[in-house]
Amino acid sequence: MSEMFRDKVEIDLTVNGEAVQARVPAGQHAVDFLRQELGLTGAHASCEHGVCGACTIRVDGETVRGCLTLAAQLDGADIWTVEGLSDTDAIRDLQDAFVARNALQCGFCTPGMLVAVEELLAKGGVPDRAVIREHLSGNYCRCTGYEAIVDAVESVAQKRTGKVTS
Amino acid sequence: MKASVGGYARATDLQHAIKLLDSADGMARVLAGGQSLVAAMNMRLTAGDLLVDISRLSELRGVTDEGDTIRIGALTRHVEVGDNALIKEHAPLLADAVKFIAHATIRNRGTIGGALAHADPAAEFPACVLALGATLQIMGPDGGRTIAVEDFFLGLFETDLEPEEVLMAITIPKAEAGERQVLQEVTRRSGDYALAGLCLVKRQAGHRLTMLSVGEQPELATGAMAMLDAGNIDGAVAALRAEIDPSSDTNASASYRRHIAGVLLRRAVDQMTGDVR
Ligand SMILES: Cc1cc2nc3c(=O)[nH]c(=O)nc-3n(C[C@H](O)[C@H](O)[C@H](O)COP(=O)(O)OP(=O)(O)OC[C@H]3O[C@@H](n4cnc5c(N)ncnc54)[C@H](O)[C@@H]3O)c2cc1C
Ligand code: FES
Ligand code: FES
Repeated sequence: MSEMFRDKVEIDLTVNGEAVQARVPAGQHAVDFLRQELGLTGAHASCEHGVCGACTIRVDGETVRGCLTLAAQLDGADIWTVEGLSDTDAIRDLQDAFVARNALQCGFCTPGMLVAVEELLAKGGVPDRAVIREHLSGNYCRCTGYEAIVDAVESVAQKRTGKVTS
Repeated sequence: MKASVGGYARATDLQHAIKLLDSADGMARVLAGGQSLVAAMNMRLTAGDLLVDISRLSELRGVTDEGDTIRIGALTRHVEVGDNALIKEHAPLLADAVKFIAHATIRNRGTIGGALAHADPAAEFPACVLALGATLQIMGPDGGRTIAVEDFFLGLFETDLEPEEVLMAITIPKAEAGERQVLQEVTRRSGDYALAGLCLVKRQAGHRLTMLSVGEQPELATGAMAMLDAGNIDGAVAALRAEIDPSSDTNASASYRRHIAGVLLRRAVDQMTGDVR
């Protein structure tokens, strides 16, 4: 029966714009594949049950929990991590705003925050602070108390839309 | 923790999925969005499963207009349910429910079929589809079958689905002219499972009322429904508090949940009649 099921799965995908081929254990999490096989340690593995958001990555244009996605499911997918978004300067303004506003302390949550925030900002406009908080409700930060993060996100949204600068 | 998986197979179409499930002697498990299953595997609530990944089956995804009903494919993701024009017009309860479910990133992946098959009594969609009187379409090795939602939920995380069956789609009667559908719930933080929640549908034939997080499975609160049909709100609140059987846990006591049930019912009725909440 189970020869139809594999304990190693071939995947062919794009990570941060580069083609990757791999053979992954059936139960390996996407975030562990990125960290351990590709050395992309930006996305963090923390709670490993979908609660904290530290493992947030972008898969085919949408944010996804790296701990609730198996690497085996990524065949054909287009993956972006905080490293790729940094190298292409796609989130440079957001990173600068996080620094300027003290929106990180230990930085553990920051890669997941940035990927999640970028999904919201890509929709355009200046979201209400309540909308920013709601969008980030699945990303825990144990240091900052969130206020500075919301400030940073709001200021980037304003700058990107050409409204009020500060 | 890390998941322990017995094996993985990617289904190429529905028949292939059924064949894979049927070949595994009950060891196989459907993998849809993975937002409950992978979490359960990580917590080692389940181990050694042979995973049948159905997430690529495009025939199970999307919403279609079927005249008096709409059909929602099992793989339609939460985010899509919330944005879909047919659902907003004909089953607004489901679209409204989405903002209460988890967080944006989880809504990008979680599917309505997965939520129903998982049958978590604290989840929104099971209570909603019961309040709406949906019909479920299921495919198995012996062909397709249809089941009324009233017969689908059998207990805590338990449904009528056999291990080698796949939930294909959910059919919902279109809201009639003047029909009202309301969801009310109490949570501690955005995205948490509700401490208690309530779905209320008002149709010409009468009210339908279900609750989440107050029992082992979603159930119609028939006593409260009869009182609402008779126009007796106080009676409905008393009946509802008497007929539910909530448990106490670290989040809320049973008596608090029972109290909240009545509060939610009054809020739902106010929302329907347009009073300020
Ligand atoms: C942090 C967090 C918070 C959450 N909060 C909420 C919340 O507030 N409210 C809420 O309702 N949910 C919540 N969820 C759960 C989420 O909605 C899940 O997406 C959903 O319950 C399962 O859908 P899935 O597609 O991910 O299913 P999977 O995880 O892939 O599968 C779940 C179960 O259903 C079976 N299954 C899936 N699809 C089918 C099918 N088509 N046919 C037969 N069997 C099938 C699987 O075998 C498995 O047993 C939360 C999840 C997380 C991680
Ligand atoms: S590690 Fe994935 S959400 Fe916490
Ligand atoms: S900066 Fe430390 S967890 Fe957010």
